[in-house]
Amino acid sequence: MLVSVYRYNPETDLKPSMQDYQVEIPGGKDLMVLDVLALVKEQDDSVTYRRSCREGVCGSDGMNINGVNGLACITPLSEVVKNDKLVLRPLPGLPVIRDLVVDMSIFYKQYERIEPYLQNDDPVPAIERLQSPEDRAKLDGLYECILCACCSTNCPSFWWNPEKFVGPAGLLQAYRFLADSRDTHTDERLANLEDPFSVFRCRGIMNCVAVCPKGLNPTKAIGHIREMLMERGA
Amino acid sequence: MANIRTMTFDGVIVGGGGSGLRAALELSQSGYKTAVISKVFPTRSHTVSAQGGITCAIASTEPDDDWRWHMYDTVKGSDYIGDQDAIEYMCSEGPQAVFELEHMGLPFSRNEDGRIYQRPFGGQSREYGKGGQAARTCAAADRTGHALLHTLYQANLKNNTVFFNEWYAVDLVKNQQGHVVGLIAICIEDGEVVFIKSKATVLATGGAGRIYASTTNALINTGDGIGMAMRAGVPQQDMEMWQFHPTGIYGAGTLITEGSRGEGGYLVNKDGERFMERYAPNAKDLAGRDVVARSMVLEILEGRGVGPEADHVLLKLDHLGEKVLNDKLPGILELSRTFAHVDPVKEPIPVVPTCHYMMGGIPTNIHGQALGQNADGSDRVIGGLYACGEAACVSVHGANRLGGNSLLDLVVFGRASGIYIEKMLSSGVEQQEASDSDLELGLSRLDKLNQSSSGEKVADLRKELQVIMQNHFGVFRKGDFMREGIKKLQAMRERIENPHLQDKSNAFNTARIEALELQNLFEVAEATAIAAEGREESRGAHARDDFTERDDENWLCHSMYYPETKTLGKRKVNFAPKTVPTFEPMIRTY
Repeated sequence: MLVSVYRYNPETDLKPSMQDYQVEIPGGKDLMVLDVLALVKEQDDSVTYRRSCREGVCGSDGMNINGVNGLACITPLSEVVKNDKLVLRPLPGLPVIRDLVVDMSIFYKQYERIEPYLQNDDPVPAIERLQSPEDRAKLDGLYECILCACCSTNCPSFWWNPEKFVGPAGLLQAYRFLADSRDTHTDERLANLEDPFSVFRCRGIMNCVAVCPKGLNPTKAIGHIREMLMERGA
Repeated sequence: MANIRTMTFDGVIVGGGGSGLRAALELSQSGYKTAVISKVFPTRSHTVSAQGGITCAIASTEPDDDWRWHMYDTVKGSDYIGDQDAIEYMCSEGPQAVFELEHMGLPFSRNEDGRIYQRPFGGQSREYGKGGQAARTCAAADRTGHALLHTLYQANLKNNTVFFNEWYAVDLVKNQQGHVVGLIAICIEDGEVVFIKSKATVLATGGAGRIYASTTNALINTGDGIGMAMRAGVPQQDMEMWQFHPTGIYGAGTLITEGSRGEGGYLVNKDGERFMERYAPNAKDLAGRDVVARSMVLEILEGRGVGPEADHVLLKLDHLGEKVLNDKLPGILELSRTFAHVDPVKEPIPVVPTCHYMMGGIPTNIHGQALGQNADGSDRVIGGLYACGEAACVSVHGANRLGGNSLLDLVVFGRASGIYIEKMLSSGVEQQEASDSDLELGLSRLDKLNQSSSGEKVADLRKELQVIMQNHFGVFRKGDFMREGIKKLQAMRERIENPHLQDKSNAFNTARIEALELQNLFEVAEATAIAAEGREESRGAHARDDFTERDDENWLCHSMYYPETKTLGKRKVNFAPKTVPTFEPMIRTY
């Protein structure tokens, strides 16, 4: 199979280029894209990418696979390869450090901006804070985010305003804490988002939903935040 | 100081997983200048893969639960070489540590009364083994590790811990007095090498399951802290004790949580027989992991395996119904569909025992202080060095860890290390100094790689190492076969110390990191091999065909591997808990 990999080394390259590798795919097995990258790296140890858990829970290996953002470790070749060709590029819209490794600083900065930790000013009880199963169920579909950045780097609004628009991943987490019955800082959290950019740059394109490898729905969460902001403003 | 930059902190923690982040949180909360060095962004650490939960007697689903019952189970699970003072500390402090996690925001699943949901796990009992199965494992669906790791990272953000993300710790810096004064680290992004100086260095580098060809562990689990400690002459404890998890997905190695059996799933052989009823009539599929893994291998060896090669068995879950599976085991559904191409709602999952957890590691006391030994066999604290989590051997797991005890171990002893270091810092301890020559260990290893112009490929050497370990040091072990394995390993040392690094770039050079990781894997593998050959008995996860019985007369003790001489010694097990009577060794049945 032909594997075409985006190459860029800031020490030696003036500009990026695509490099082709011929990879022998063992018969009878539907390899994951990450397995193929390992075979490429066996040929050429300078090919650079991030990876860790290799089972879709750590979020290291988000990349653009034949034109679509996804996690290399849980994307089987059968799902993405047509005409025996695999094209691997870094996640779009972020500065490239080297090859498939992007600089995620701005992505993390937007995550930190929403204060992604529980805030509760009530006295701490001797046991756990109680939460009904119904209230806990409100966090499903939110807390599972793995910060892989597949969504935010697939979002035109984030491409245009990465400094000002929190982006789908950050907003999903913003809503995770807004929705948590144990968090008492709802008002401060909303105030922190109440400007024309942080939330309202979302145009409901739903590119985030289309690529989330965990099947989460940031657009829906953003919709809930919008409603809360409207109610607060009214 | 050589030609490299020096950075100084009160405490430096190597590793951004659960134990490292818990230790860091304790320190940064108390205002000390704390740094975490992590080779991956912290939420990419292997804690994220933990599924089923954190075992702890919080008396929620099990309202009259008692931490002493949990202690009994853990001592029994360890096959009596877990240290009882440490197990007592973990089980009694556990509830507080778990409640703290909940207060930080961990999204635990809930019972109707609003308390934390607990599920049954293997080896759990009520009333010291006499009251039947307990439900003691606190869970956030089957994504407890993910929820825990993200919560701890978030708590550290709140408390302004300094993170060196995507920095790699190369070697410890130990001065002529034997005091650890920090470490050499390399920034992966730009290749800068620095000396990080600190009054306390905590190794929280996790496990090393990548010494085996088939493992549930992440690709990053390469035993870096163990390798660093051994190169600094620190002995390692119980390195022969590796847990093979009963249910790794056949062919992929991905973990299927024990919680799936806790929720009512069970194993079947090719005849559809629930074979664990024969091996463990009482606990059945929830016997100790070592017991279940061995039973599975015996089924396969006796011809009752499943598949064209008859080399695995099946985990049946479909009888639990779609609702339970969606609510309680959603991650398992995802993993099974992706990696086994089966839908557990309709069909069983092909599984096989798979390397999962390193019970051994850097010996420590309950404060996380790393220990060496004096000539008379008594413990000697190694100044400046601490360890916690899977890299450490406190030892709460002894010869076999109970499911759900690893997450408890890492929060309790991460926290304990932080508390002790805080106390030590506030008593005004002085920063010890290092000379240029003390930095040489790490710098020369880097130099050698950067100068390499010949040698073998890292990927080839790694594969060869993993195959040796898989074949010679697996679930069942035999003396002559292990000695053959040790010879093969010895023949690899020279080659592994001199691989060929083709890529010499300073920009995000992962080839260089993989070469350094391979050297750590090798140190762990060799220690494992020599300790396994040396322990002439069967206990817990260590099962020998040539010494099939437990031998309390000679081996009711820890093994100690001395890296400088590559020899094996012994260390006493602690049988002196402070608040409860000693649990005396008994025959271990489930």
